[in-house]
Amino acid sequence: MTFLNFVISGLSLGSVYAIIALGYTMVYGIAKMLNFAHGDVIMVGAYICFYSVSRFHLPPIVGVILAMIVCTMLGIIVERLAYKPLRRAPSLAVLITAIGVSYFLQNSALLLWTSNPKMFPSVVTKGSLKLFSGQLSVSYVTIVTIVTCIVIMICLTWFTGRTRMGKAMRACSEDKGAAQLMGINVNATISLTFAIGSGLAAIAGVLLCSSYPTLMPTTGSMPGIKAFTAAVFGGIGSIPGALLGGLMLGVIEIFAKAYISTQLSDAVVFAVLIIVLLVKPAGLLGIEMQEKV
Amino acid sequence: MLKRYLNLKRGNARQIFFTYMAVIAAYVILQLMITAGVLSSLMRSMLVPICAYMVMAISLNLVVGVLGELSLGHAGFMSIGAFSGVSAAIILQGVLPYAPLRLAAAIIIGALFAAVAGFLIGIPVLRLKGDYLAIVTLAFGEIIKNIFNNFYMGIDSEGISMSMLTDKTRLLEGGRLIIAGPMGIGGIQKLSTFTAGFILTMVALVIVFNLVNSRSGRAFMAIRDDRIAAESVGMNITRYKMMAFVTSAALAGAAGCLFAMNYSTIVANKFDFNTSILVLVFVVLGGQGNMLGSIIAAAALTILPEKLRQFADYRMLLYAVVLIAVMLCKNNESVGEFVRRFAPRFLRSGRKEGKENG
Repeated sequence: MTFLNFVISGLSLGSVYAIIALGYTMVYGIAKMLNFAHGDVIMVGAYICFYSVSRFHLPPIVGVILAMIVCTMLGIIVERLAYKPLRRAPSLAVLITAIGVSYFLQNSALLLWTSNPKMFPSVVTKGSLKLFSGQLSVSYVTIVTIVTCIVIMICLTWFTGRTRMGKAMRACSEDKGAAQLMGINVNATISLTFAIGSGLAAIAGVLLCSSYPTLMPTTGSMPGIKAFTAAVFGGIGSIPGALLGGLMLGVIEIFAKAYISTQLSDAVVFAVLIIVLLVKPAGLLGIEMQEKV
Repeated sequence: MLKRYLNLKRGNARQIFFTYMAVIAAYVILQLMITAGVLSSLMRSMLVPICAYMVMAISLNLVVGVLGELSLGHAGFMSIGAFSGVSAAIILQGVLPYAPLRLAAAIIIGALFAAVAGFLIGIPVLRLKGDYLAIVTLAFGEIIKNIFNNFYMGIDSEGISMSMLTDKTRLLEGGRLIIAGPMGIGGIQKLSTFTAGFILTMVALVIVFNLVNSRSGRAFMAIRDDRIAAESVGMNITRYKMMAFVTSAALAGAAGCLFAMNYSTIVANKFDFNTSILVLVFVVLGGQGNMLGSIIAAAALTILPEKLRQFADYRMLLYAVVLIAVMLCKNNESVGEFVRRFAPRFLRSGRKEGKENG
């Protein structure tokens, strides 16, 4: 039963990673940039939810929606001000700008909300579901996290596969020039991608802090890096890859903590990533592009 | 050595000469300022870290600017150099009583350990390309940090003993625990001096300039500009990549040792992802492939947060804004044009040059 417990908590953590990784992977797919500020959008989302629930006593669901709205706006504004002017710049310049944005968000949070850790109130009612006559207990937060992740995945798969905008998004990530010739508004599509990614980051922030309730301005950076790893793990640019990578990373992390060592769990996670990339250089579900000479 | 410079294109040779002269001039001026007592104690305390960051920037510029691969884990090599070098200095305390010699030995040992690590890490890493290579270097950086956070090493009359996770060294009476897991190394003798930092910076410059202007260096740049073309004329890509990577790792290790020997305690968390990023910012801001640019950026961006102290809490926010603004000015035509209109005349040509390098 303990084994099953570890699997479930791994899946729960992995779901959070997967939701964050979706943001990374979609932005990478379309803008070909590593958005290092993504982790800090998570933190902003968590803070917005925290303040609306504990300070203004709004119902949790309103807090989540508020966080999503603020993060979506934030994503669009950041893209417009910092990344859009660099559309034709070398990728390293964009990377450094993203790091600048990350510093900016972290330090704004430090000024606005101080460095004191906040105890995040869970947005889901406390308690747990008892299964197998009480041998296996699964907290409601875990269930909500996993279900949210599945719902988001289904919605995104439908969105990118069936809707006009989703198809535009895929077209842009394949060939921006050709997409523009077909009458797709490339700039608007990129903005939309950032908006969706940031909105998802808000959800991830709330779910993350519901399970691990310490909230600080640096809360987002480590999960951000892990989720980025998850995106690469699954094959960056691929949406199912982000889900698979996120879930696997979560399970591996929890297993490493349980069976190997708590302190070395990060090392184990990154070691697995390295091994996977050596066997499959484009990630688990990534498509290896043949270079044309 | 002189002959090699005379053979170079004139512009290139002049730039190298100018870089050496700039570093020497800066050293002489700062030394004079120290003797005259004009330099504040804050600035004096920052001289060695600045030198260490300069060497880090030169080292990373070799990989990012000259070889054209992105490394996000350079702090890992710095960490290896710091821990092995400082441990060596402590162990050698009885053998080499003369401090500068011990520092030199520590730096060389740190560089060697980092070079070995660079070689071992390079075997898997250099098979990958682009962003995948970057993420794996990030992963190695995190693994190194994680391992040093759980590494214990002690010395006693029976020799050196080490263990992972918990302190199982079981030292005898009179033994000394050198590396204490998350507590790092404590009680370090501050051997690093500004002169040592200056010498290391010069050595790094000589190594990198000579490497870049050799047959291998031209191979690095050929690989950076077009890997497939380089491969098609029979270049051994992996060998050249490894050469650049190991050299860079060794320099980073030396810089790490110099950096660590400036403080009384050093912990593994000091060399995390943020440190790697900090050095990357120096390289990109200074211009990829431009060593003088890296040096200036390293110095300026280490001093900037200190100079911004009067803005107290806002200083890192300002730092972020400056970083974004510089990137936009350098890489966006209209923003750059807008800024240039208000910039003083002497800055105008400089900005254009920066754009080409960035």
